[in-house]
Amino acid sequence: MDVVNQLQRQFIDYSASLHREGFLDDQFTQLQKLQDDNSPDFVVEVASLFFEDCEKLINNMARALEQQQGVDFKQVDASVHQLKGSSSSIGAMRVKDVCIAFRSFCEAQNREGCLRCLQQVTHEYSLLKNKLQTLFRLQQQILAAGGSIPVVE
Amino acid sequence: MVLAESGFSSPRNDAFPAGLRVLVVDDDPTWLKILEKMLKKCSYEVTTCCLAREALNLLRERKDGYDIVISDVNMPDMDGFKLLEHVGLEMDLPVIMMSVDGETSRVMKGVQHGACDYLLKPIRMKELRNIWQHVFRKKIHEVRDIESLEGFESIQMTRSGYDLFDDGHFLSGDDTTSGRKRKDADNKHDDRELSDPSSTKKARVVWTVDLHQKFVKAVNQIGFDKVGPKKILDLMNVPWLTRENVASHLQKYRLYLSRLQKESDIKNSFIGMKHSDLPSKDSTASFGPHKAMNMIPDDVPNGTYSFSASNSLAQNVDLKGQGDLKGITSAPVAEPKGALSIDIHDSHEANSTQMSFDHSLGSVDSAVSFASFNSTTPLQYPWTEIPEIQFKQECEPLHLENGFSQLPLPGPSMIENEANRSRIEVKPLLDESRSNFVEHLGPVGAEDLFPIQSKSQSLNNQVFDLISATKSSMKTQDVGLNYLADSEFALRNLNASGVGVPLATLSEDLQICWLQGDCYPMNYGLQDLECSTYDNPALMAETPFHLYDVLRFDHEHLFDPTEYYAIDQGLFA
Repeated sequence: MDVVNQLQRQFIDYSASLHREGFLDDQFTQLQKLQDDNSPDFVVEVASLFFEDCEKLINNMARALEQQQGVDFKQVDASVHQLKGSSSSIGAMRVKDVCIAFRSFCEAQNREGCLRCLQQVTHEYSLLKNKLQTLFRLQQQILAAGGSIPVVE
Repeated sequence: MVLAESGFSSPRNDAFPAGLRVLVVDDDPTWLKILEKMLKKCSYEVTTCCLAREALNLLRERKDGYDIVISDVNMPDMDGFKLLEHVGLEMDLPVIMMSVDGETSRVMKGVQHGACDYLLKPIRMKELRNIWQHVFRKKIHEVRDIESLEGFESIQMTRSGYDLFDDGHFLSGDDTTSGRKRKDADNKHDDRELSDPSSTKKARVVWTVDLHQKFVKAVNQIGFDKVGPKKILDLMNVPWLTRENVASHLQKYRLYLSRLQKESDIKNSFIGMKHSDLPSKDSTASFGPHKAMNMIPDDVPNGTYSFSASNSLAQNVDLKGQGDLKGITSAPVAEPKGALSIDIHDSHEANSTQMSFDHSLGSVDSAVSFASFNSTTPLQYPWTEIPEIQFKQECEPLHLENGFSQLPLPGPSMIENEANRSRIEVKPLLDESRSNFVEHLGPVGAEDLFPIQSKSQSLNNQVFDLISATKSSMKTQDVGLNYLADSEFALRNLNASGVGVPLATLSEDLQICWLQGDCYPMNYGLQDLECSTYDNPALMAETPFHLYDVLRFDHEHLFDPTEYYAIDQGLFA
């Protein structure tokens, strides 16, 4: 029980820090609330879908921006828009914020600016991925120890 | 009973809204999963798909298989708005749009296309919980239609249906009637319509631009004098359309035409007065004729835009008004009947116009164009003759319009330009129709106005008239709505025709534009809008005011808006 409490405490603290640092917002909490007995791994599944989508979109953007003969900013913008929507699904606030800046550079057809944003978005995405994986690991440990996942409001 | 008619396949009718059959369309797999989960938690029956085409197939396969559709706006294979249109037209289901983009223009576009709601991502579950209201609202209106149409039997049916509704949890035992009245303010409106013996309530028909064009074509073919609903229906060859639908549409069309006639007479007399006033006006409406006017001096049209009269355009229009106009036009000379020959020249002006439009609102533009589209009556207007007079305009209407449909709300200047252009093209006299037409044709650009101006003062006057007429019509709340919807449709229609719009199409469009009168577009627009947003009458009722706020119509109008409104009400079947 002590182990469980400890783990739960860790989980709560870690969750809180993620929220505080802007990695996740309320949407993530909503997802956690959606998780139930019918879909016990709901949040993990959603996160996986998000990671897949993210990687695909980032690759699209990178490819489009690499075009030496002329960047198709519309295409880049479309991908960024999609990424923005995707990030809003799990509450990836920092990723979403970069997307917003990214879109203005696309509109301005600023390749340098876009490349910078692409770097930023990739960075934020990897950070988030790591943190979520840590969080999920904690969850697993709690469950393995017989405890339940506390809901962090 | 109502529920049975509504096609709820779920046996748990009395547990409504549980079991609501929702179709979710979104290319984002993450959101699809989340929405599915959320909707399931609301006890809805969920079907997901990530492609719009797939969604349409599903919907077509099972016409009564779904109660409501939720769709994302940005999808790779098909624009969400297009899907929205299709669903509204073919299945007449309530559609909710979603997007991470909450820009007012986008939301407005959604409403124009008939969305009964527009949700912003991230979507909360509580927002999804309430989507059943859109389904319910639609059912209510269907019932009302049926009641007025079929009389006793249907009333009996609906009564029993309401009894069942009473059993439903969501009504919490309230009396159905009071429940209905409680739903939204529009209930009153509907009640009024129901009891109005003169209102011809038919099954809901969405008179889109395409349909309306077919209608006009048919009417033209038959000959306006010999026209009759049955003949039109046969010619139109639209299987699901009934004789009643056509009859009521024809009635409105006739009213519209006669109204145009009257107005053109009045307008002619106003021409002199208006001219001086207009330029100083600060028009903000989409038909910013004012602005266009101001622009005239600055721009010089480079293109030539010549009209060959469109077929069957008789000269109903009272050209005598032209006496006021100096030299305007020479006139309405008998134009060769035939396709309109429009030379569209690109000019930097046009480009700039386009750009300006880019800033402007797409929705408004579409509204305008749509308005013009609405009129389908092949009114014979002198304008056809006018081509000789040569309106020089640079037009890249299609081009511009294409841009328009995706453009955010244009600034007033844009609208005006467009309005101006259209006016010019259209030719004097027929104000609304012309402006409508012009808009439809696309923003020719300030240049348009220019040539006219250089042509003759009278032309300008006419344009001004058009502008003012347009504005006045726009003022009517209904018009606003209509215009938006209409122009959107018009734009789309125009776009569909392709840049190289064949003359035949153009002539049809022109006809359509001509027909647009003050009230006609309003009626049609309303009707269309009503149809598309049928399930959300409240939304529709609110929108015009909202639009007004946005567009800030403040141009004077020649006609008493209430007059229009009355007509609209009558026509608004």
